[in-house]
Amino acid sequence: MVPERPQRILLPVRVSWIVVSFAAALLLNFVPWQPLALAPDFVALTLTFWCVRQPRLVGLGAAWLLGLLTDAGSGVLLGQHALVYSLLAFAAITLSRRILWFSVWGQALHVAVLLLFAQGVAALVRLAAGADFPGWSLFAAPLLGAALWPVVSLLLLAPQRRPIEVDETRPL
Amino acid sequence: MEHSPPPFFKRGPAPLVRLAFFASLSLALLVLDARFRYAEGLRQALVLAAQPLQALAVLPGSVADRIAGYFSSQAQLREENAGLRRQLVEASQSVQRLQAVLADTEQLRRLAGVAERYRNRGIPAEILYDARDPYARKVIIGRGIQHGVRAGSAVVDEIGVVGQVTRTHAGASEVTLLTDKDQAIPVQVQRNGLRAVAYGGGLSGLLELRYMAANAEIEAGDRLVTSGLDGVYPPGLQVATVARVERDAANSFARILCQPAAGVERGRFVLVLSAEAPQTPYPEEAGAQRERDPRGVKPRRARRKAADGA
Repeated sequence: MVPERPQRILLPVRVSWIVVSFAAALLLNFVPWQPLALAPDFVALTLTFWCVRQPRLVGLGAAWLLGLLTDAGSGVLLGQHALVYSLLAFAAITLSRRILWFSVWGQALHVAVLLLFAQGVAALVRLAAGADFPGWSLFAAPLLGAALWPVVSLLLLAPQRRPIEVDETRPL
Repeated sequence: MEHSPPPFFKRGPAPLVRLAFFASLSLALLVLDARFRYAEGLRQALVLAAQPLQALAVLPGSVADRIAGYFSSQAQLREENAGLRRQLVEASQSVQRLQAVLADTEQLRRLAGVAERYRNRGIPAEILYDARDPYARKVIIGRGIQHGVRAGSAVVDEIGVVGQVTRTHAGASEVTLLTDKDQAIPVQVQRNGLRAVAYGGGLSGLLELRYMAANAEIEAGDRLVTSGLDGVYPPGLQVATVARVERDAANSFARILCQPAAGVERGRFVLVLSAEAPQTPYPEEAGAQRERDPRGVKPRRARRKAADGA
């Protein structure tokens, strides 16, 4: 069995590019979006992407560290995002082979489920810590994030789609 | 028993084992942070790492603000200017009155032998953005430790109390708004001096006076000011107006909802009052002093007179 679409053979990923993408995601997360409730979690999205694409390189350790940074940066309970991102990374790595089988929008559907699951875990943690449930709009952000999946995969895969040698006659 | 063959490639511990490790580590951190506040050192280090990114992330918004400010129309500016002038005249009048009253009060206090009330130093600050946490009511202001902001200081705007500084970083601080569910502020009804504690109402954007007897002398429209009993908030700051009082025979407590006076969820500029609070006496001494507590019977009468006069 093979996917029916032709698949492009990608260049090996550079670790520096992964690091840069995570830094950019953290940066985007710290931007004070208006309205805040609709701002997707870019770190979760990028993390899902790399866990699906490179499960050997990006795993639970990276997820946990990113979670701690996000926790400190957004001033919430230390460990909340760490827990959520660890679970998210685990789920993404487990599903990675399945997800890559689908077209981009099928992948986005899977990612929507993953991100909703992550948001649900975060909500459970906060409710256990004594917060009020802030309403169902909480789950709009993960859906928006999943809708960004095609853009994210296009952007993050771009360096791996470079030609091996530059050719003047070829546009890309 | 089933035996799996040894793996071809060394890949470290199984994914499930790793997940259990990191999840339990996170949970341990959560408990340490939520229950015991042991993780503050680690948090400070992480914040230091995240700070450059945060500063960079806020930059586009502030630049856009500046550009928008540059292009604000002249008519708008003139109107605003005129309004501010009017306010200044009114404010300076009330300042003059206030100074006269302060002088009187100090003299009376000296006569009564009570320690002078501490003066406050204010640090003006701008609200940078809302904290990225839909479960709490917090904002980040652009003044931190290096500007002299300390955790625990009261934060006010031009009308009344906005919240309290709960965490300080080098160049920014986190302010928990009055409406946050975990925030409480000791208040006093301006009309009759009745003391209470106002708790944040969370999403509703209101405050709630809990544990007030059903027959407490309080009604809609009463103004609440800080009582100053906690040594954190200076006394006499506007906090809220009572919006609704529900007395139910089934409950021994009345349900009292109040509308915050200050622009708790709106304004942009605030003042951080760094209270140089006097040492609070120990409970035994406090009990002995209660007889000559200045906030007892005497001011109540004075306040009522002032309310009648107004």
